[in-house]
Amino acid sequence: MSIADRPPGAIETIGAWLLGLLWILPLAYAVWTAFHPSAYATRFDLLAPLTLENFVAAWQAAPFGRYLFNTTVIVTMVLAGQFLVCTLAAYAFARYRFPGQSLLFALVLMQLMVMPDILIVENYRTMFALGLVDTLGAVALPYMASAFGIFLLRQTFMTVPKELEEAAIVEGCSSLGVLWRVYVPLARPVFVAYGLVSVSYHWNNFLWPLIVTNSVETRPLTVGLAVFSSTDQGIDWSIISAATLMTAAPLLVAFLIFQRAFVQSFMRAGIR
Amino acid sequence: MSRLRTSIHASLLLLPAVVLLAAFTHVPAVRTFIGALYTTPRGKRPAVFVGLDNYRQLLDDPVFWQAMANNVWYAALTIPLSVVLALVMALAVDARLPGRAALRMAYFTPTVLPMIAVANIWLFFYTPGYGLLDQVLGLFGLPETNWLGSRDSALYAVIAVAVWKEAGFFMIFYLAALQTIPHDLREAAAIEGASRFTFFRRVTLPLLMPTTLFVLVNAVIGAFRLVDHIVVMTRGGPDNATALLLYYIYEIGFRFWDSAYAATLTTVLLAILAVLAAVQFLFLERRIHYR
Repeated sequence: MSIADRPPGAIETIGAWLLGLLWILPLAYAVWTAFHPSAYATRFDLLAPLTLENFVAAWQAAPFGRYLFNTTVIVTMVLAGQFLVCTLAAYAFARYRFPGQSLLFALVLMQLMVMPDILIVENYRTMFALGLVDTLGAVALPYMASAFGIFLLRQTFMTVPKELEEAAIVEGCSSLGVLWRVYVPLARPVFVAYGLVSVSYHWNNFLWPLIVTNSVETRPLTVGLAVFSSTDQGIDWSIISAATLMTAAPLLVAFLIFQRAFVQSFMRAGIR
Repeated sequence: MSRLRTSIHASLLLLPAVVLLAAFTHVPAVRTFIGALYTTPRGKRPAVFVGLDNYRQLLDDPVFWQAMANNVWYAALTIPLSVVLALVMALAVDARLPGRAALRMAYFTPTVLPMIAVANIWLFFYTPGYGLLDQVLGLFGLPETNWLGSRDSALYAVIAVAVWKEAGFFMIFYLAALQTIPHDLREAAAIEGASRFTFFRRVTLPLLMPTTLFVLVNAVIGAFRLVDHIVVMTRGGPDNATALLLYYIYEIGFRFWDSAYAATLTTVLLAILAVLAAVQFLFLERRIHYR
């Protein structure tokens, strides 16, 4: 081991760990509260009995099953839409030359700054005019064409060697055939990365669904949780903590299992 | 393939994206500018053109100025804090620390939680008297504090939540960049006798500049775009102390249903984002060392 590789000193190690503990503290506190009877919500006793009752109570107090279903449908719709729409557009930008191309690409990139999240008032009016308010489609629709996705996939497609495409054309592939047989398989890691980023964004999205939904049949988990915790029910923090963890759990568990893939996806999606 | 056919193919491929982008980004943005020049239609009264009247109302609206000031403060504290912490975290995880995988998880986990869940967790954390924060401070004999209910502390309490949520996200990008720094550089610096601090300041930091730019742009957008926690934790209160621009737009648009004034406010937000984009492209890009 060279000098450059020497392990960091004790102070740095302790500092890093203190920061880590500080960082996990709010979450750990919520976990403690959710798994113990209300009486122990704010009393720390290592011998306090563990319980799942808070989860049962939360599950019965609000239609979380339905909310979970709604979120799953929304996230799936967004992802399917994004994959289709962004792949086609990225292919056109990466491999075709047509008049007005750079202007169009600049217009697409505008959405990186001006996201649908900001244009809530006008987008609500559009949904109202289309008669789509309070539908699952209305939650998903504004996000299906994503500048981020188009940009990311275009960058990836541009690295595909032209020779592969030419070979496929010689074999008799149509343009869409080339996209499907050559580009998409080669870009698979990027699709995975983009998919993970997209799913975690839309699983957690709140403001737009809050505005455009107003019934149990359409509300995603995030909005359902907000409605549940704001209704006056004597604020039982144990039950609210349980509900909070339940809402975050699917993504959190997926993250803990596929930690590497998650971290690498966020890196890959950000770096290009 | 002829040029005409190529163009037709390309336009068909682009059609779905163009239609959706236009419908939910470009057209609404233009309609926002136009809507800001009219009154809000109410019942049978249609919208009337009023020119810049809405902007005059805006200039005289103390809540608007309060929201702007809040947002500037919010950005000015959240961004540097979360970016510096992200860098510290990345350096810690990149070093050969014992248990660095667990550490990375501790830093990154808040990022995967929904902001609503985060807001609930922190609401509890901040609860006056029996929340963990007051309990810990109580051990040191400090009195209980209504962190979110007091004008003096509410904005800072909300800022802490945003930093907690975002730092781990930015850490990932720094971590990725750190791993691309060639090892020979470190060896060369060690042979030259450079201290670790000098190495960090003269080598690591300049090499991280593109990442810093990327992270900064994201952080700035985030500071104006993410208000989920405000909705759940404070509803802009107390007394508008935590009202951010987008939250104020939400209130005007969906609690008071004043779409013209909401459009005026949205125009201001769009102008801020346009200035940021211009600064990013014209100014920052030139000062960055690219590999």
